[in-house]
Amino acid sequence: MLLDVRGLKKVYEGRQRPVEAIRDLTFGLDAGDLVCLVGPSGCGKTTLLKCMAGLLAPTEGEVRLRDKRITGPPPGMAVVFQEYGRSLFPWMSVRDNVELPLRNKGIARRQRQDLVAQALAVVGLADAHHAYPWQLSGGMQQRVAIARAVAYQPDVLLMDEPFAAVDAQTRADLEDLIRDLWRKLGVTILFVTHDIDEAVYLGQRVIILSSSPTVVREVLGVDLPERRDQLTTRSDSRFTELRAHVYAQIQAAKRESMEILATFGRAGSGKSSRSQSEAKSV
Amino acid sequence: MTNLLTRIGLALALPVVLFAAWWFGTEGSDNFYVPPLREILRTFPEVWTGERIRADVLPSLIRLAAGYTVAVFAGVCLGVLVGSRRRVRAVLEPVLEFFRAIPPPVLVPVIMLFAGIGDTMKVVVIAAGCVWPILLNTVEGVRAVDGVLADTCRSYGITGPARLRHLVLRSASPQIAAGMRQALSIGIILMVISEMFAASNGLGFTIVQFQRSFAIPDMWSGILLLGLLGLALSVLFRLAESRALAWYHGQRRAQRGLR
Repeated sequence: MLLDVRGLKKVYEGRQRPVEAIRDLTFGLDAGDLVCLVGPSGCGKTTLLKCMAGLLAPTEGEVRLRDKRITGPPPGMAVVFQEYGRSLFPWMSVRDNVELPLRNKGIARRQRQDLVAQALAVVGLADAHHAYPWQLSGGMQQRVAIARAVAYQPDVLLMDEPFAAVDAQTRADLEDLIRDLWRKLGVTILFVTHDIDEAVYLGQRVIILSSSPTVVREVLGVDLPERRDQLTTRSDSRFTELRAHVYAQIQAAKRESMEILATFGRAGSGKSSRSQSEAKSV
Repeated sequence: MTNLLTRIGLALALPVVLFAAWWFGTEGSDNFYVPPLREILRTFPEVWTGERIRADVLPSLIRLAAGYTVAVFAGVCLGVLVGSRRRVRAVLEPVLEFFRAIPPPVLVPVIMLFAGIGDTMKVVVIAAGCVWPILLNTVEGVRAVDGVLADTCRSYGITGPARLRHLVLRSASPQIAAGMRQALSIGIILMVISEMFAASNGLGFTIVQFQRSFAIPDMWSGILLLGLLGLALSVLFRLAESRALAWYHGQRRAQRGLR
């Protein structure tokens, strides 16, 4: 197992009372997996991803990469955030944005240039080297962030609702880009999303989370053909079945949490969902 | 092109009006202390010869440059430290606000006690006055580093000096520049004031000398020169800033365009 999440629990020390974002999560990713993680909004997806990226220390349990416990951001892991506008350096050109992590990694200049050029070509931005990120559309900015992750040559790529703030058409293109990259590069991808269709379309497996306090509700194998495309896959009857199944699970999770809510009060604060609606309203 | 001409026209309109008002308002003046502008302008090239510029204007500017450089360096270094450490900030912030509230000119007599009346005193006075806006703005800029960008840096292993250089200083640079702009005008004021107390050369010294020897048009011409110097420095600053912060202004424009 390449990436192993064991008994993960995260409790935030809130102002009035501690907030349990994640109760107990255990799952794993093998090398070369493309796994999607879905859950109702506010179920702690971002918290989980930050714990896995070594950006946040879990309260209990651990995340292991190649059987080594993660205590800080490990080398060999790249993260693509939802807020593309805030994850790129606005003072650097597209090329410098992609190159900086490589410079920091100590890769020689020639090789760096090759990696940057390849990564930008792969995401379809071969002619945007000298632009600044803010001169590009939202979808293109997220492509730059993906190129940066690709050029870094990670073993594991974590993506936190990366397409939540782009329009539907761009989103479909970017989904296909991710499938493409995954097949070409053999990188292990964990893709966090709140979009059920996206999860089923992209993943080999879909991990369905419960509402907060979060546990794994189901791990669903996606037995769709390897080659997927927006038109045929999405109209495939198996796709519709799987999607309906995931939808039912999420609804059930929400219903249960409503019952819990009625007795105990609210736990998840839904920060990522909030920033999505903000991004859309712009 | 017409846009540029309109902007230049707008920028020059008020100065022209003020200049005309001064000119015609003092045209027939027989008040000894308010000579006609014509008289002042006639004196100007006689007073500010190459020799005098070398002997008085240049030393002033060198002291200004030295004091300002020290202030920028100290303000940014200390500001980064205070801005990135919550503990340090909690301890220092009230004290910093206190020192900032002290009008810099009152520092002159105090600093004279420690640093004498030479160039050191003047440089220290300028630096001590200029450092506050730079320091406080740097603190704010460093505190406001975006959380997502900071996470991005961490996850790519960009830490230590690389983080300081590529993330902290760059993202605080618009605020640092704002502090530096405020500091520049404070610096010019202190340059003149420090020379009025105890000096043997410099612009402030010369202007006071003219006043004491009742060379009133000469005194006015010195004030005019000071104004022009201040203007030139601020134009230079703006040019440098718009080059260094092109990304920032571009980003702001792009964000406004979306709304």
